[in-house]
Amino acid sequence: MPDFGFKLQKDRQIDFDANDRSATRAIIETEPTFRLCIACGTCTACCSAGNFTDFSLRRMITGLKRGNYEGVRAMADQCMLCGKCQMLCPRGVSTRKLVLAIRKHIR
Amino acid sequence: MKKEGKEQLWKDYQKEIADDRYFYVRSCVRQNFFPGSETAFLKILQEELGKDVYEHPCHTTCTGIGYHADVVPFDTAMTVVARQFAIMTESGYHNLVPSCITSFGLYTEILETWKHFPEVEARVREYLYKATKRDFRVPENLAHASDVIYKFRSEIAAKGKFRLVHHETGRPLKVVEHIGCHYAKMFPDKGVGGAEYPYVLTGMIEEWGGEVVDYPERRHCCGFGFRQYLVQANRGYSMSCSHKKFESMEPYAPDLILTNCPGCPMFLDRWQYAISEMEGKTYGGDGQGIPVFTYEELAGLVLGYNPWDLGLQMHQVACEPVLDKMGIPYDAAAKYLDKHGHSLGQPLQPQKLKV
Amino acid sequence: MIGGGIAGMESSAHLAAMDYEVTLLEKDSRLGGKLLKWERLFPTMRLGSEVLAFLNQGVEKHVAVHCNTEITEIHRKAAAFHIHTATGRTYEADAVLVTTGYDLFDARKKEEYGYGIYENVITSAELEAMFAEGKPLHTADGRIPKRMGFIHCVGSRDEKVGNVYCSKVCCVTAVKQAIEVKEKHPETDIYCFYMDLRMYGMHFEAMYKQAQEKYGINFIRGRLSEACENIDHSVLLKAEDTLSGRPLKMSVDLLVLMVGFIPSEGTKAVGKMLGLEFGVNRFFKTCDQHTLTNVSNVPGVFFAGACTAPKTITNSITDARAAAATIATYLEGKAISARTIENQK
Repeated sequence: MPDFGFKLQKDRQIDFDANDRSATRAIIETEPTFRLCIACGTCTACCSAGNFTDFSLRRMITGLKRGNYEGVRAMADQCMLCGKCQMLCPRGVSTRKLVLAIRKHIR
Repeated sequence: MKKEGKEQLWKDYQKEIADDRYFYVRSCVRQNFFPGSETAFLKILQEELGKDVYEHPCHTTCTGIGYHADVVPFDTAMTVVARQFAIMTESGYHNLVPSCITSFGLYTEILETWKHFPEVEARVREYLYKATKRDFRVPENLAHASDVIYKFRSEIAAKGKFRLVHHETGRPLKVVEHIGCHYAKMFPDKGVGGAEYPYVLTGMIEEWGGEVVDYPERRHCCGFGFRQYLVQANRGYSMSCSHKKFESMEPYAPDLILTNCPGCPMFLDRWQYAISEMEGKTYGGDGQGIPVFTYEELAGLVLGYNPWDLGLQMHQVACEPVLDKMGIPYDAAAKYLDKHGHSLGQPLQPQKLKV
Repeated sequence: MIGGGIAGMESSAHLAAMDYEVTLLEKDSRLGGKLLKWERLFPTMRLGSEVLAFLNQGVEKHVAVHCNTEITEIHRKAAAFHIHTATGRTYEADAVLVTTGYDLFDARKKEEYGYGIYENVITSAELEAMFAEGKPLHTADGRIPKRMGFIHCVGSRDEKVGNVYCSKVCCVTAVKQAIEVKEKHPETDIYCFYMDLRMYGMHFEAMYKQAQEKYGINFIRGRLSEACENIDHSVLLKAEDTLSGRPLKMSVDLLVLMVGFIPSEGTKAVGKMLGLEFGVNRFFKTCDQHTLTNVSNVPGVFFAGACTAPKTITNSITDARAAAATIATYLEGKAISARTIENQK
């Protein structure tokens, strides 16, 4: 191949049709309150881990909903399961169980 | 797809296109990219249709490329354009026809700006007068060259020797139409058919017997976008846009792509080569690409012009599959000969793309 | 009473009950307005026909109803309004209540969404008509959709179509209709694309939560930028998934556009005949936004219902009763009907 000095770029678009969301379905089965998230960000704002790392439960849930699993497992490992977010969630998402479910189903 | 829905919209977006006495301004780049196109336009208008088309030797770039690449300020662009208007006025013409889509977009943008801000027009008049002692009248009619071909599409079909149908089976050729972004995306009511479902090329394709393919990424830009293309490291972005379009149109197996912008046919044609080298993928049948044409080239083919006079040997993707389907005779041995019969030299062969 | 929808019916009923002589003029062949075409109502899932039957109890036998009556001219002679109709009749009135309602936004104006062009793009009103007529939910080629999209704010909160206001009912209607689809076809996946979810009414939020919890309806915070048709005639959606901060594409078998409210043709025509003022959003302008909400700029002419702003059915019924009280005090010359409030700057 000639050296063109440029190359095709990976599409940033979330391809919902192509993404495999089977692990998300398994997580929902394990922890149905996953569905209740309205992405308000309360969890992320109060998070002990999130104060020092880029951990964000809100971002992780959104990624899982879209089948966009990149970085999710590494992020789930950062959670210290303190439960602060569970106290504050306005929709009653069982966040600690959710993190455990994510660790179970996402490698 | 409900055709009547589109037809309703097309009715809403009609524009006035002058029917004679055109002042023609050329594109900066088209004579390099597609050297037969502008010549074919003049031949069709003057010889086939008997129209008065005038081009002045002193007209210049409109600076649209510089303007959209952020190196020419708007006041400078307006003053250069005012000079084009002045030359048109001095030549006794009122109907401006640019060959380039970006020029058309820039002229439209300037005329709209002056309509809403007359003080800007007054300022530009002063700049032009100070610089050149010229004065001007704004064009009575502004139409892109593809609008003009669109206007005379039935006359061209009537005089035509070939149609966009498979000459053996009678199957209409499947045509992807691709409109330059600056044609109507900035000012939808200035384009035939509007911005979302433009009719300018569709009208030609239907009139000449073809079938238009409407595929999901139809509205997507070809990726030319001056700044992407001008900087080598950014060209991947440009090519990725074309790639997205090819992937989207591939399932429809189009016979050809028709365009009305200087950049789109260039990049939709050349990127097929680069993508084939990088990805090993081709989009036409049998390892070939999808041939890409300008509207003048296609009109020329319909009218029976010699493909090599139209400059089709300058395409990266071989045009021959379309010529074969339409039943257009051509001399394969003469492809790379100039008009005196001397060899132009042979291009290198791509590794993947069959040409 | 000009307009026999919800507001016209309920105002008429109350004024008739107070022994006023009420004439209700309706251009269509029967009373009920837009509610005639709506099967079930949020957030209770009550049948629209039940509400109409309730309203009718107050109208039947009490109010002179004239359907198929198009108004052509209105003149004021001394204290009375003379209302001329296309049928050649003239009605006289001491007071006029305008209840000309709303029209639905014409989705074809959002050209990039392809309504009227792509086979599987429908409006919320068409989906409701499918429910009302008991037709099975289906795509253009007769299949049960595997995946559906609901697009909020079509023709609302959109400067590009000249409607900057929120139409108020569409968010919760999308949730209601999505639930109905899931009840009929649990296997259909549903995605709602929204900018903000405005669940302002009592019980609306509960309905939203139920949609997520019980029905697994999905919500994506991003406004549809364009729709295209795939080769299999499904609809390709492009939006920004704003919570991921990335563009997103998704194919759906059927797309529902939640069309908003615009002032009705009747509102425009009657407003012109009576010399009524229109607000910035082209609905009727009330004398004050907080207090004189049923009062027009023309003495003796009053408003009720969605001709002044998008309203829920509950809002329109309440507004209609308020208008009846306002008109009664006006006709009786009660002191409170002369109250004024300082004009807002």
